[in-house]
Amino acid sequence: MNNAMSQKEIVRKSLKRRYRKEQRFKFYGILAIVIALSALVILFADIIGKGYTGFIKTTVTLEVQLDPEVMYLEDPTDAEAFSMADFKAPLVVALENQVSDATGKTAQRALGQLLNTYAANQLRDAVKADPGIMGTTQTMTFLAHDDVSVYVKHGDDPTYTVKLSEQQQAWVDQLVEAGVIENSFNDVFFSNGDSREPANAGVLGAIVGSLLTMLVTLLLSFPIGVAAAIYLEEFAPQNKLTDFIEVNINNLAAVPSIIFGLLGLAVFINLFGMPRSVPVVGGLVLTLMTLPTIIISSRAAIKSVPPSIREAAEGIGASKMQVVLHHVLPLALPGMLTGSIIGMAQALGETAPLLLIGMVAFIVDVPDGLFDSATVLPVQIFLWAGSPELAFIERASAAIMVLLAFLISMNAIAIWLRRRLERRW
Amino acid sequence: MTKLKAVVASVAVAGALAAVSTPTMARETINIVGSSTVYPFATVVAERFGRNTDFSTPKLESTGSGGGLKLFCDGVGTDTPDITNASRRMKPSEFERCNSNGVKDIVEVKIGSDGIVLASSQKAENLDISLKQIYLALAKEVPDPKGGDKLVANPYKNWSEIDSSLPNKPIRVMGPPPTSGTRDAFNELAMEGGCKEIDMIKAMEKDAMEQACQSIREDGAFVEAGENDNLIVQKLNSDPGAYGIFGYSFLEENAGTLQAATINGKEPTMENISSDAYPVARSLWFYVKKAHVGVVPGIAEYVGEFTSEGTWGDNGYLADVGLIPLERSARMEAAKNAKAMKTMTGDELK
Repeated sequence: MNNAMSQKEIVRKSLKRRYRKEQRFKFYGILAIVIALSALVILFADIIGKGYTGFIKTTVTLEVQLDPEVMYLEDPTDAEAFSMADFKAPLVVALENQVSDATGKTAQRALGQLLNTYAANQLRDAVKADPGIMGTTQTMTFLAHDDVSVYVKHGDDPTYTVKLSEQQQAWVDQLVEAGVIENSFNDVFFSNGDSREPANAGVLGAIVGSLLTMLVTLLLSFPIGVAAAIYLEEFAPQNKLTDFIEVNINNLAAVPSIIFGLLGLAVFINLFGMPRSVPVVGGLVLTLMTLPTIIISSRAAIKSVPPSIREAAEGIGASKMQVVLHHVLPLALPGMLTGSIIGMAQALGETAPLLLIGMVAFIVDVPDGLFDSATVLPVQIFLWAGSPELAFIERASAAIMVLLAFLISMNAIAIWLRRRLERRW
Repeated sequence: MTKLKAVVASVAVAGALAAVSTPTMARETINIVGSSTVYPFATVVAERFGRNTDFSTPKLESTGSGGGLKLFCDGVGTDTPDITNASRRMKPSEFERCNSNGVKDIVEVKIGSDGIVLASSQKAENLDISLKQIYLALAKEVPDPKGGDKLVANPYKNWSEIDSSLPNKPIRVMGPPPTSGTRDAFNELAMEGGCKEIDMIKAMEKDAMEQACQSIREDGAFVEAGENDNLIVQKLNSDPGAYGIFGYSFLEENAGTLQAATINGKEPTMENISSDAYPVARSLWFYVKKAHVGVVPGIAEYVGEFTSEGTWGDNGYLADVGLIPLERSARMEAAKNAKAMKTMTGDELK
């Protein structure tokens, strides 16, 4: 009795200590989550803070008088005269009308520098498309030079160097006042390929390149991965050979991705003679990289199908193949899809293996096929982050946001598919 | 089982088809590879060329000078690059490899110079330094300051310990890793240039001298900051006590926040780099495979665009992005040779 009492006493005494321990344990858990979340918040705040201005473009809207005399272009259908015509002059004239005190050649040149390098090309293309506009006055919108854009967007931020002269700054202030220079949503960023002019640079080329590469990866890695997983789980005999294969697949999942790039270079480009920088080769390399992930997650999904389902199917006379195709596969599919999408998301963010097969390149044109030179989103970010022009820093951060949006939506699809297709027993 | 077989078979067929069908494809786009230092200049030319002509925009890969020359010299044919950029001249060994692989007619074009600067935040004390002092500040082993003819582990902690005219601040320099061409050039021009001014090292044997000259200290005074020069610029802005080593174009782009050290009494300005007065400057080049001219459309026109006065001249658009143009006479000569597609003999490299 006495003994029991003291035991109760001991428990009662230690109870407080144990509760405290539990409190501390909970606190450590919360602390871990807070650290992880705050790291994420800092990352997002930094990227969004730096990058949101990448979604803003600065434009100049001008009343352009297409005066044949100013442009030295009497006959726009004459190819020779067309190539010798001055398409910059009417733009400078139109700017001159908007600002005060811009006289003389030097001032005109400085004024012309406010416009995007390819503004004259834009006018040339417009005249080429419709020679009838010669001699009329057109309201046209051009991109501003990125120095102007930096001044308008970041003029009071000391980390940005404003490269305009004082006179140019005064003009820009006047033009902003007059509503000629405006900021608006940067649609160019989503409709252009790469460019060395930050104002003209866009992610469309990289997005299309990523989609083409991912298409190849998905079409190859999902069927091969699922087939390999089914065979290994359901059909393969348990022997040394299958053990060996299993160990190797697990090892492959941990191999650094650049090794797959080396393999791709040696096999697909040097041995098969495929061209460099194309989405097919990129897709093949990323297939090799994602296969182990897909095989491992698919095998786990197949393993999680209860044996009772197989036994029941076999019990009513289904063949092995019927069991697999009619019962195991549909039930394992959500897990397989989730694994594949996570593998694909990993492949989407990969640059290292693509470096070796030539996809880290400056490509202006948006790719239009699997054998057309292309780059991918993370590579585009890498290239912009290394560019000397300050305006590319915000472009790089904006592209990171686009990439994150893709990754988040892929993961959301994975979760949605799992919720929708998952069955509980 | 049959499914697996079918999948494997179809993949094999697809791979084989791709392999067979691709080499026969004629190439419409110029392929350019090579130096990451030349990349920002060549891409600007390529883009203008693509927009202003009917040719498609050349594809540019940044592989590094050595990697570019390796691909370039792999052979003739549309699966090899047409042009390679380099931040150093082709080596005789590379020329021989090119020749033995059938790449016999190579056109060499020198396009200008690039300076390497030692810069800091404008909040820091600017350096007025000599190459010898740079060597003493950054080498792994230096001659014993107490005298004697032995090399000792670099004892200098503050700049002022090297010379009293330098600031009394700890030596902290951020620079590119050994894989970078900028680091190669810095080692060769600044470190080696500085250490050869020391008699004791000059008297050493060639290998030992190279070892002594090009080893950079690893005790934390020199920090490898990665290939990305923007990263170094950002770090300098947030840490005014540090100095950074990077290309001139990054200095120009950040002229509002950074300042560059005067080396051997010369400031890194366009004039000083162009005339080779500034000691840490190197030439930039590109090489054209003549056998591809006329096979891949637009090569001659691209070279013409690159070597026109409006591109690489004193007021050309490459000067706007930080290229230091050649002197006018050298430019004219180079443009003439490029237009005539004058090939290399190999003797000019010796």
